[in-house]
Amino acid sequence: MYKEYLTVSNIVGPLLIVEKIREVKYGELVEIETAAGLLRRGTVLDVSTERAVVQVFEGTVGLDVDRSRVRFLGRSQTLGVSEEIIGRVFDGSGRPKDGGPQIIAKKQLEISGNPINPDARDYPSEFIETGISSIDGMNPLVRGQKLPLFSGSGLPHARIAAQIARQAKVLGKKEKFAVVFGAMGITFEEANFFIEDFRNTGALERAVLFLNLANEPPIERIATPRLALTCAEYLAFELDMHVLVILVDMTFYAEALREISAARKEIPGRRGYPGYLYTDLASMYERAGRIKGKTGSITLIPILTMPEDDKTHPIADLTGYITEGQIMLSRELHRKGIYPPIDVLPSLSRLKDKGIGAGKTREDHADVLNQIFACYARGKEARELALILGEASLSDLDKLYLEFSDAFETEFVRQSEFDARSVIETLEIGWRLLRLIPRAELKRIRLEYLDRYYYERNK
Amino acid sequence: MSQAKVIRVAGPLVVASGCSGAKMYDMVKIGQLGLIGEIIELREDQAFIQVYEDTTGIGPEEPVRLTGKPLSVELGPGLISSIYDGIQRPLDVIRSREGNFVTRGIELPAINREKKWDFIPVRKKGEAVAAGDILGEVEETALVRHKIMVPDDAGGRIKEIKGGKYTVEEVVARIETAAGLKEVRMIQTWSIRKQRNVNKRLMPDEPLTTGQRVLDTLFPLAKGGTACVPGPFGSGKTVVQHQLAKWSDAQIIVFVACGERGNEVADLLLSFPELKDPRTGRPLLERTVIIANTSNMPVAAREASIYTGMTIAEYFRDMGYSVALMADSSSRWAEALREISGRMEEMPGEEGYPAYLASRIAEFYERAGKVICLGSDERHAALSVIGAVSPPGGDLSDPVVQATLKVVKVFWALDDRLANMRHFPAINWLLSYSLYSENIKSFLKNKVAEDFSDLRQEAMLLLEEEAELREIARLVGVESLSAKERLILESARSIREDFLHQNAFHPQDTYTSMRKQYLMLRSILHFHHQGLRALEEGRTLESVLALKVRERISQMKYIAEEDAGLLGVYLEIDGSFKNLREGQE
Ligand SMILES: Nc1ncnc2c1ncn2[C@@H]1O[C@H](COP(=O)(O)OP(=O)(O)OP(=O)(O)O)[C@@H](O)[C@H]1O
Repeated sequence: MYKEYLTVSNIVGPLLIVEKIREVKYGELVEIETAAGLLRRGTVLDVSTERAVVQVFEGTVGLDVDRSRVRFLGRSQTLGVSEEIIGRVFDGSGRPKDGGPQIIAKKQLEISGNPINPDARDYPSEFIETGISSIDGMNPLVRGQKLPLFSGSGLPHARIAAQIARQAKVLGKKEKFAVVFGAMGITFEEANFFIEDFRNTGALERAVLFLNLANEPPIERIATPRLALTCAEYLAFELDMHVLVILVDMTFYAEALREISAARKEIPGRRGYPGYLYTDLASMYERAGRIKGKTGSITLIPILTMPEDDKTHPIADLTGYITEGQIMLSRELHRKGIYPPIDVLPSLSRLKDKGIGAGKTREDHADVLNQIFACYARGKEARELALILGEASLSDLDKLYLEFSDAFETEFVRQSEFDARSVIETLEIGWRLLRLIPRAELKRIRLEYLDRYYYERNK
Repeated sequence: MSQAKVIRVAGPLVVASGCSGAKMYDMVKIGQLGLIGEIIELREDQAFIQVYEDTTGIGPEEPVRLTGKPLSVELGPGLISSIYDGIQRPLDVIRSREGNFVTRGIELPAINREKKWDFIPVRKKGEAVAAGDILGEVEETALVRHKIMVPDDAGGRIKEIKGGKYTVEEVVARIETAAGLKEVRMIQTWSIRKQRNVNKRLMPDEPLTTGQRVLDTLFPLAKGGTACVPGPFGSGKTVVQHQLAKWSDAQIIVFVACGERGNEVADLLLSFPELKDPRTGRPLLERTVIIANTSNMPVAAREASIYTGMTIAEYFRDMGYSVALMADSSSRWAEALREISGRMEEMPGEEGYPAYLASRIAEFYERAGKVICLGSDERHAALSVIGAVSPPGGDLSDPVVQATLKVVKVFWALDDRLANMRHFPAINWLLSYSLYSENIKSFLKNKVAEDFSDLRQEAMLLLEEEAELREIARLVGVESLSAKERLILESARSIREDFLHQNAFHPQDTYTSMRKQYLMLRSILHFHHQGLRALEEGRTLESVLALKVRERISQMKYIAEEDAGLLGVYLEIDGSFKNLREGQE
């Protein structure tokens, strides 16, 4: 029934070249039987009349040219879904990993997915309260947004992501909610941290996990996030759930992609990553969102560790060009012992504007956050100046800004891992700090809000 | 001709054999699904085809249908308010037919065939008409009178012309030409790769006002001019482009969302029907065409999208309109070019981009311009083009930025240091430039204010002085500066914070007329002059800076356009300084 071939001519890195093929299609799923009778899977990356280039998910270690049997399955990679998928753990290729049975699929969904018609998108506008001031106050997340954590090795991104997953809620609502977790190349310990955290908070029953760990085949990582997102689309747009997707670590994903590209001898783009990395990442990140007329939503938090903390590294750079902002972690704050070490200045939430304000958070929110940004930026500038010329050389005003920015880091940004602050509390802390600065300096805040909130301490 | 068939599939590139007789840029349909592609290279009987849809499931031996026609757009009433993908398929119609996700092999007319439009002839039977002459008009929206023009090959004598309600495919006129009788319908097609003809090109000499203070006052774009907005992610390219689409005083807007976010398109689609054109009070969507090929849509169609947009923009320009086209982001287009080029195994140039990158970019921007349209009435029109560029890591040495800077006349440099401080628009005033300032000087003088250009000059000078003084202050401390120098710092700060800084999301601040821009800048500089004088007369800097009227200046951006208070600020400044001199403040 399937076309089976014994005509492998070359094995290059993760790729197999199969000759004398017939009726093979681009993107087709492939099964490879090793000499020892073990099965591996792959997909067709390039096909011409004589040969096909197949990318093998589990890698080509142990495969040989003469005895590998290659079967073309006539379909592309799919994920079988039904309600039962909730609460399950899968490996990076979508096979059950929790000892449970196979899912009895109601539907087979192609994991590459189809692009959402831009005309069908509903603009994300519901504020998600994460309980973290530096996010809620300064770079608010909204439902259906894709907002990555830009981290570095050794920084507590896992704890922050877990805290968000634990605390996130939409004000005044109780709704069907799920977490989909995709792990690519992270360690057992890191994965286990998430699983334990989900277990402790009861989130595990509403979670679906796809795990490809550090010791598992790197090429499989190409499929893992797509499985997670396919699952999320099913939960969100067919089962009407609000889904939070966490993908960690996108850096390992991109490295797998680079490995394939190198094996195909493609012309490399920056730092050896293929020129289509942008498009490839976009085909995943853009699956987040809201659709008109649908209740559910997909909010996506990809996590990536920037090599050398360099945000111009292609993985971070291209991610930033696709996602709707970024939460940037700072080694400097981490060293100062501040948790969460979120540097608000280079962080950004592009969708905040429709998610905050009267009726959503509070009328003054936008102005307050703009003002804090300006003050903190100025305070940090003053801090630099003070380093060169000494604090005494600062003008009186700059001294106030310096005081402000120190207080901002220790009182506003810093909070405990289990502290879920309400957005109103966050704004109140903001005002308390802003009162350090003379009123006339607060140009980003409308007079009516200054009248309402600035003088409160004197009352 | 032998049957053409697929011999190779590699992502968006398909190679077909048996294509003798095919022409470059012809459209083809591939496989059972009829995926749309375009021939981008011919080698003997093999055609290299870029496919505008996902090629998963396509394989060798599948049939390829050669259409013999170039990839074209449809032009006619019904374009306005549409949202198209990169090859002009109507996304709203696709959605109602196929659901929320874009599937493959969809073939739909770009322009509605059923709808009847009221055609009002402006020419009569028996009259001689030339190519480009206007035969009649259709009120497409309250903002746009769609002109039906004599096609390029149909100049001659009108044999018949009839007013009334017609669909775009019905004949509205017959013209006796040298080559026989030609029928004119309201719809026509045009190859996206071919520039539309004009009578003559002119020098741009009028500003395209945008309501954005830093742009209009410091780095103006002219109608028919070209501009680019490069910057790292999050620095504000898209917001600038959206602001231009919303507020610039063009009559038609073509917005090409090329390889960017779906939600940004959703934002346009949801806000444009609500937002009102400040000049006419009508919804902005009534003058807008949107081309959306988001980053997750097929990459080859991204390459086509900017040409699709450009051709539509040229078509409206030909009617005599001032049109503005925004391409967000041209880097994504260039990357699509690179991806296809890579798959064809062409010799890569810089950063893997094909060697022809620079010439393609130059060709694209050359399609902008102020022109005299085809036709005997010599009507003037303009097509302004604004391209966003997204260089990797914000690095301006990127080949796309460099090639773009060689051709465009306005450079709005976005700066992520400013963006991080939330100084928006994060346009760096020291790096940016406009080569149109001279061309439009007399226009500003006549239409805005006699001394507008002088004020601009002075503001630029203050900002430059500020940069130097800040450098000195960094090295030796602020105290070493004289009172006058410190006033310069304060005035420059006021220019930055009270004038250049503009919040796109504030209902009042989002748009500022030229008159109000003038009044704002004049007040800031007036304060500066009065301040200098006060210092000379022996007042302290502190007393000048303590003047309450400074708060009035900083709040001017929030004062409504029609409010008399705007003019009042100038007098209040005089009053304040008078009081200061008389020792009352
Ligand atoms: N004029 C402005 N007023 C207020 N906020 C602004 C302004 N310009 C930019 N911003 C803020 O900056 C954010 C980023 O802007 P924008 O999306 O335009 O960046 P971009 O340069 O297009 O990024 P990318 O290249 O990744 O698309 C916006 O979401 C908004 O919060």
